[in-house]
Amino acid sequence: MTTIRAAFLPLTDSAVLVAAREKGFAEAEGIDLDLVRTTSWATLRDRLIHGQVQAAHMLAPLAVAVTLGLSQQPAALAAPFKLNLNGNMLVMAADFAAALEPDLPRRLADPLATAHDFAAAIGLHRRKPIIGVVHRFSSHALTLRYWLASAGIDPDRDVVLRVLPPSLMVEASQLGEIDGFIAGAPWPAAAIEQGLVEAVALGARIWQRGVEKVLAFRNEWMEENANAVDRLLVALTAAARWSDTPANRAELATLLAQPEYVDQPAELIARGLQGLVIPQQGAAPMEMPDFLLFDREATAFPWRSQALWIYSQLARWRQVAPNREAERAAAGVFRPDIYRRALGGSDVAMPGASMKLEGAVFNPTGVGTHRGALTLGPDRFFDGRIFDPEQVAAYVHGFAVRR
Amino acid sequence: MRIVIVDDSGLRASVLEEGLREAGYYDIHVVPTRGAFVTQIERMAPDVVLMDLGSPSRDVLEEMLFVSRALARPIAMFVDQSDEAMIGAAIDAGVSAYVVDGLRKERVKPILELAVRRFNAFARMQAELDEARTALADRKTIDKAKAILMASRGMAEPDAYALLRSTAMNQGRRIVEVAEALITASTLLGGQP
Repeated sequence: MTTIRAAFLPLTDSAVLVAAREKGFAEAEGIDLDLVRTTSWATLRDRLIHGQVQAAHMLAPLAVAVTLGLSQQPAALAAPFKLNLNGNMLVMAADFAAALEPDLPRRLADPLATAHDFAAAIGLHRRKPIIGVVHRFSSHALTLRYWLASAGIDPDRDVVLRVLPPSLMVEASQLGEIDGFIAGAPWPAAAIEQGLVEAVALGARIWQRGVEKVLAFRNEWMEENANAVDRLLVALTAAARWSDTPANRAELATLLAQPEYVDQPAELIARGLQGLVIPQQGAAPMEMPDFLLFDREATAFPWRSQALWIYSQLARWRQVAPNREAERAAAGVFRPDIYRRALGGSDVAMPGASMKLEGAVFNPTGVGTHRGALTLGPDRFFDGRIFDPEQVAAYVHGFAVRR
Repeated sequence: MRIVIVDDSGLRASVLEEGLREAGYYDIHVVPTRGAFVTQIERMAPDVVLMDLGSPSRDVLEEMLFVSRALARPIAMFVDQSDEAMIGAAIDAGVSAYVVDGLRKERVKPILELAVRRFNAFARMQAELDEARTALADRKTIDKAKAILMASRGMAEPDAYALLRSTAMNQGRRIVEVAEALITASTLLGGQP
């Protein structure tokens, strides 16, 4: 048995790690997976870079930011496996949302129109809305900025973005410290359940296949422990497949609901896993089959183009001064080579390429593989932009609102 | 040197504050993580911020350190990044420290070491307290079981205890477990709970 300690935050998308431990997938690969519950991204980061844990359930942009030296102590991190896609929701208090489209399914189906309504709502509001984001370097912050800016809202000037850990968002909404927030499941649903907020935008409608959490290692540790890393990736692949199987969702929700994991009602967690969104207290559930993905469409494959998209947004907001070296380092955080090495001998469909255009799949499309059949689902950005990873600078310059 | 302790456990904060005062630091402020606590810290312009590593509000504090215009010198975590042993000890103890840029490491190191010792001492105190609480609860349970035996079988107290102990030894269980089982059984049979 090899012991691997992995830090996680209480979120539904820690599912693959929890299933790997609780359903014996890790043990079957000779790994004693010890999960360490953590309540801030800062502490998760510090535990990883100072070696208290060997792996972490990490925000993909944070892995890039730590590697680029943007978040405290710089450390070379590596992400050979994505733990999920999507799962986020922007929710706002009713007094602010009153100026938006009242038909909630329609509001959520058209993020572009809603962004423009949101801009108008800011004008009607007597002060800048305060929106909670889970971290500066989170997919939540990046997609929120992307969405706001599409309607000419400057996220650094027209709204106040306040950082709060996901588990404190509900309380902050209750106390009126924030007007709304964007976070991962189950926290927005928990705030809606209490009647504090209503849904304004869904991550899966801003970017249909939004990169979310990755499995992150210190690069050095990953290189020195190739065998253990490969076995862990095999175990996580089996766990992801199990987690994405509809018949297992009720059991998975019960596992996640335990106090040592998410510590929220199983029913609330199950809803996210099933892709059901209740946009407002008492409203009818909407079916969103791509609300959260663990395994389908090679979810776990770390496309380098996705790391570069994250870099493009950091450059757009001048959180990093754009330069060739940083661009290369950012792309290097995602490690499809390790994924291929670990899963080369399995039945997992293996993409032929390591980069692709992001946002270019309009309908489910078969792609070239080394083995097996692989169909990618639609991955459009709501504004129709397509990200070409070879043309980062041109892409960034194409945005009207940027730093 | 101005030190801010961010902690929601009043007891741990005072254990740390006391230690710092004994060591000759007098400009110490304790701030709980409620409401606009970061604005409060920003106004205090601290040289060192000590915070529980387990606090969910660390992300909130780091964001303030990131964007603050009020703080003249940026604050970074830890003193000397090359001192891995010190960092390891701090993380194990659950201490995170933010220090203004340019503060000499020999001035900060004793503070961090002291914080680590005090955090560890506090954790030990907590563990001992929990242990004492458990021991007290166990004793009450055993007393209750003894009383049941004394009443129902007319036993003297030492004999009742001896019976509980020998039963526990024979069954490979703890005395308190046998006592609990006896209380449950007695309640089911209509005795006084």
